[in-house]
Amino acid sequence: MEAREGTEAAPTVPTMDRVRELIVRYGVIAITLFLLIFFLSAEETFRRPTTLLSVLKYASVIAIGGLGVTTAMVVGGIDLSIGGTAGMAVTISAMTMVIYDQVGVVAIGAVLVAGALVGLANAFLIVKLRIPDMLATLSVMFVVQGLKLVFVSGQSVSSGMPLPNGSFAVGRFTPEFLAIDNGFVGPIPVPVLILIVITLAMFIFLTRTRWGRILYAIGANPEATRLAGINVSRYRALAYVISGLLAAVAGLILSARIGQGDISAGNSLLLDSVAVALVGMSVMGLNLPNAWGTSLGAVMLGIMITGLTIAGVPYYAQDVVKGVVLVVALIFSFTLSRKKARYVSAV
Amino acid sequence: MDGPAQQAVVSLTDVSMAFGTNRVLSGVSMSVRKGTVQALIGANGAGKSTLIKILSGVYPQHGGEIHVDGSPVRIDSPSVARSLGIHTVHQRIADGVIPGLSVAENLVFDALSQPSFGSFFSIAKVLPRARDVASRLDLGWSDAVLRRDVFELGIADQQLLLLARALDQQPRMLVLDEPTSALSMAEVDRLFAVIRGLKEDGVAILYVSHHLSEIDTLADSLVVLRDGKIRLERDRPFVWNEVVRAMLGDQVLAEEEAITEHRGTEVRLRLSGVRLHARSAPQDIEFRAGEVAGIIGLLGAGKTELARGVYGATPFTEGSMVLDGAPYAPRSPGDAVRHGVFLVPEDRAAEAMLPGWTIARSVSLPFLSQMAPRGLVPRGAEARRGRWVIDELDVVASGDGHMVDELSGGNQQRVVVGRWMAGKPGVFILDEPFRGVDIGARAGISRKLRALAAEGAAVVITSSDVDEILQGCDRILVLGDGVVRSDTYIRETTRDQIIERMSEIA
Repeated sequence: MEAREGTEAAPTVPTMDRVRELIVRYGVIAITLFLLIFFLSAEETFRRPTTLLSVLKYASVIAIGGLGVTTAMVVGGIDLSIGGTAGMAVTISAMTMVIYDQVGVVAIGAVLVAGALVGLANAFLIVKLRIPDMLATLSVMFVVQGLKLVFVSGQSVSSGMPLPNGSFAVGRFTPEFLAIDNGFVGPIPVPVLILIVITLAMFIFLTRTRWGRILYAIGANPEATRLAGINVSRYRALAYVISGLLAAVAGLILSARIGQGDISAGNSLLLDSVAVALVGMSVMGLNLPNAWGTSLGAVMLGIMITGLTIAGVPYYAQDVVKGVVLVVALIFSFTLSRKKARYVSAV
Repeated sequence: MDGPAQQAVVSLTDVSMAFGTNRVLSGVSMSVRKGTVQALIGANGAGKSTLIKILSGVYPQHGGEIHVDGSPVRIDSPSVARSLGIHTVHQRIADGVIPGLSVAENLVFDALSQPSFGSFFSIAKVLPRARDVASRLDLGWSDAVLRRDVFELGIADQQLLLLARALDQQPRMLVLDEPTSALSMAEVDRLFAVIRGLKEDGVAILYVSHHLSEIDTLADSLVVLRDGKIRLERDRPFVWNEVVRAMLGDQVLAEEEAITEHRGTEVRLRLSGVRLHARSAPQDIEFRAGEVAGIIGLLGAGKTELARGVYGATPFTEGSMVLDGAPYAPRSPGDAVRHGVFLVPEDRAAEAMLPGWTIARSVSLPFLSQMAPRGLVPRGAEARRGRWVIDELDVVASGDGHMVDELSGGNQQRVVVGRWMAGKPGVFILDEPFRGVDIGARAGISRKLRALAAEGAAVVITSSDVDEILQGCDRILVLGDGVVRSDTYIRETTRDQIIERMSEIA
């Protein structure tokens, strides 16, 4: 990036094209930096280290959900059940600890199993029953959201709540479970660490391993991938299971953050996750769903929302800003870029 | 009203059409006469569909002139075509029927969209008209059938529905594009009876088909289109090998002595009782190690069915295979690849290309599990494999990081072929590998395939071009209507004999 501007003199490529190329490549990064510098200089509160960490903590849930959506988008699909799964994870973790009085590790296990099962359900509908991705995961989203409410008869789960058998819930969120959100490893908050580890893991998985490579191949041309001798169904199923697991992890952080089985948790996660995955596509002009881009998109969203909140912009106006930024990122990917964006609509 | 020119319902004069610099039709002049069936024949890409689209008003920007009943016309849109009495029944049935509407509504759809129909609709208003339309073809559909959703009809009945709908408009000329592709034998007979009836009513029919036997039964005259030009015009009786020659082109083999022949001895793959078409007889075919076998046949001969069956992409419904002495029954391409059986599919863009992928990645994709047994793809080895393909097949590219979609067609094909050669094939099938590929790439690929066979692979090439097969193969199997019509080594046959075999009428 640094040397690039200096070497613009060559007259071979028209300047407009170069400018366009730069915008497509670095547009999202530039917007993120601009927002960061703007809020850093304008708001004193924003400069506090705790604020910056809270930006990353905020970003962690959305980034991990977004990485789930990204994985589904890599195979040319989409996962709309992300928010529902995360919400169910909140309720399941609360039930396991509060109602069934289990330790945090059991709750984590239960949530991950539930996430994988949702992924398998999506995979079954999409791969075996051949329902288009968007429609299948939309249906599963409703089922999952409903199931969550059925489990707890529509009640938020908290310690001491009355149970149907007349007794009271004796369990509580265990400290080690709460540490998923409020713990630190050295100076780094646990959710930020989880964000970094998962981003890195997904980056390596998607770009460096053969499994990730095959997922991208399916997104590029499923028939060519099948005729290259690959079991496309199995890999598409894998993508949805990973997506379900990531949604579950996002739900775990959310659950530890809220500290109770809030039944409305996760409601806004789906749209944010899809938004950051779409923003992420345009990072570095890749025009492909990718792990770094998605996490960066989530951080950008975190900076924006935190900054706007500190600046006193009401939450409903924040959505307008979110939407405009998404549109701008999509313009980078779909309008300005000469590379065809590889988002295959599921329907 | 006695000269043949007077009888022409529709005549084309010097019609041409280009997409950018690509001329798809040039100087086409032909006419379709009242009460006759004019057949239009041509291989893939000859320009048939373009001609049909010009006649049905889809491409108003063509060059040349069209006369209907002697007066010049401009067919600017499909509705103009219809008002001139030119009706087309397209090959793709799905483009014609409207799902979600009843059979009756589909039958009277043209009237339905006219203002004269009025604004209000009821099935009772539609039914009598629909009965009327259906009776034109003696479809004999009851009111219960007419009330059903059109998709409950079989594909053949949908085809007949479209035909009935076209007939209801009292066409002066009817264009039928591959009308039998979805029909069974009995339905074909029914369609032919209808066509004969139309002839008697004085309708001019343009019949587009690649089935020579149908044309033999129906047509009064035929024109052959190749590379956008008319190559042959004949009235009955037709001389079929002349027709096939015109279809395929008859550039003479450059050098007879260029033919080299290697006979394989050991059978690599044996097919027994394999049925290529639902209606054709089971076939036994052997492929031998050490030779390049060419499978030649016209469109629809069963070449792709054979290739995809051996590769497990569309498993055979009947019969069995033995590979190197062991039973071989691939249920998926993955099975075939594990057995060293590879396929270069027919449609490169749809079935082999990964847009936005580099050469190195495209090349390694089928072999990732060998190259990366523990998961991490070794980038060095991948790049080397990419460069090997570039060197081995003389791909013109900047390096292994070159995007495949930015390569020329010939170079794309070299990459697709080279990818499999890098994996040491036992049986290597290439379905129409030279279609849309320049001569240079064709010769280069051919040479590599011969070298591969010399190393012990069984290579199988399918083609509908005699010269491709003659230049590239040791052995020639002529396929027609799903049946092997002849199986000879190249020195035992001649170009004329091959064409003779290809032109046989089932």
